[in-house]
Amino acid sequence: MVVHLLEIEDLKGYYRGTFGVVFGVDGVTLTLDSGEILGLAGESGCGKSTLAELVSGSPPPLLHYEGGKILVDGLDIYSIDKEVLRTEVKCKRMSYVPQASMESLNPVKRIRDFVMDVVKERTGKEPSREEVFRMTGEHLEKLGLESWVLNCYPHELSGGMKQRVVIGISTLWNPKLLIIDEPTSALDVTSQKLMIKSLLDLKQARIIESMLYISHDITSLRQLCDRCAVMYCGQIVETGPMDDIINDPHHPYTRGLISSVVSYDPQGRQKGALKSIPGEPPDLRNPPSGCRFHPRCPDATEACKTTVPPILNAEKGKRECACCQY
Amino acid sequence: MKANKIILQCEGLTKIYTSGLVRAKSVVGAKNVSFDIKRGEIISLVGESGSGKSTVAKMILRLIKPTSGDILFDGKNILSYDERDYYRQVQAIFQDPYSAFNPFYKVDRVLDKAFGLLNDHHSSEERKDITRSTLKSIGLNPDEVLGRHPHQLSGGQMQRILIARALVIGAELLIADEPTSMIDASTRAGILNLLLSLRKDKGLSVLFITHDIGQAQYISDRVIVMEKGIVVEQGLIDEVFINPQNPYTKTLLASVPRLYEKWEYD
Repeated sequence: MVVHLLEIEDLKGYYRGTFGVVFGVDGVTLTLDSGEILGLAGESGCGKSTLAELVSGSPPPLLHYEGGKILVDGLDIYSIDKEVLRTEVKCKRMSYVPQASMESLNPVKRIRDFVMDVVKERTGKEPSREEVFRMTGEHLEKLGLESWVLNCYPHELSGGMKQRVVIGISTLWNPKLLIIDEPTSALDVTSQKLMIKSLLDLKQARIIESMLYISHDITSLRQLCDRCAVMYCGQIVETGPMDDIINDPHHPYTRGLISSVVSYDPQGRQKGALKSIPGEPPDLRNPPSGCRFHPRCPDATEACKTTVPPILNAEKGKRECACCQY
Repeated sequence: MKANKIILQCEGLTKIYTSGLVRAKSVVGAKNVSFDIKRGEIISLVGESGSGKSTVAKMILRLIKPTSGDILFDGKNILSYDERDYYRQVQAIFQDPYSAFNPFYKVDRVLDKAFGLLNDHHSSEERKDITRSTLKSIGLNPDEVLGRHPHQLSGGQMQRILIARALVIGAELLIADEPTSMIDASTRAGILNLLLSLRKDKGLSVLFITHDIGQAQYISDRVIVMEKGIVVEQGLIDEVFINPQNPYTKTLLASVPRLYEKWEYD
């Protein structure tokens, strides 16, 4: 039996609070193999980041793990000991770079002192300054940074540089899996390109093996992902090879998402008006019955209101679509 | 109303930010920026962050004073207008629609307050009618948005309400500073199409500030490319975006991710 690097089975994670229960992730199954880059696309509020937080093993206070399995390199992260999770899984097997993580650098410490703290926390030994430079050298180089950035304070670096520094620190122990949430959304187009190239370089240098890349921007996913899963309302609605999803979307939601992309075309302006998906994303406290997309779907029939579409497997090499009509 | 009348003209607009008293440091926000906007025209101002796009917008909105240079609205210097008079004709929408609303009040208030800028007195009945018909005209169902608080609405709905506000006032020029960057891709197209239809039906002029080349290409007639406070290239959208002359514009266009094409790295 092949052991997948990441295996998620019927994962459920809900937010519970005074506002009620929000079904953030509601039945997601997916696998990720070594060497793959999987993109997770969808609108804001569809549960992409919630999924990443659950997989990271330390969900924020109101988010609760409610069932399902997450195996990272064969280890079930919600049944193993917390200490094992911290020392064996995090950083070594999997690293999670959340959204806006560039703000997580300590503003009153130089980057090298910040790295020192991280190393000390993980190894229990305080490294010398030379060791810090040696450890981070290759990682920063692959990310297009020179080692002088270690002597800087965060405010001296640009947004793109801070983002890359954080990725460099997150990958210090060469994790097999890097989960990265919207790394390009706060960056300019030129730094976006550099960012994506750096991530590909990291993979090429075998610092990381595979990546779960989360973004709402389907054009940037297109630039680096092998496979793509489209999420809507806490569930995966379509999955398949990236090129197929772009060129021949099956699910009406994916079709809407792709036709609403305003993409630059050097041949001239695109013909015809852009289409947007009518309506608003539903409230996840009270998801629609049947197929969750039916209130906004242009092709919805009576049956869609009651028939619950199947949960997709999101495996390598498979093309699946959770639409009852497809 | 002539079709090609110049509505706004910027001439040699320069803004230098200085800080400190003794050893003053200065940063060039914009340098010698000149362009004009005709009636019913949508012009995009593109550039990376820090290129001075918003500085130009703020100067046009009279939020900061230019160090030198003139801005003429309808042939007269904008500083010669009475403030209320000026804002009746020039309105703005910004990046974050959430921060434009007071979370404690219902959204109706923003629209209601807009009438205060108008000279004619409207009774509350009239105000309601105008508000409702304006909301309808931009594709919002008044019953769905009126009487709600900001947190109950989506970003797209709120941005539309702010556009409705500019319409209630009867603005002729709309300064849109990254109006869609916080809105989801699926609803973004709706906002862009709304601006296009307002241009067509009402002759609204729009200065569309964005870093998204795709949106600029979709929406505008002309484009101004800025880099570090300087206008490096401007012209018709098809000329600049199909056949860019300036090296900066070329690099910028080459870094835009495309849907049907993968980057090649050298």
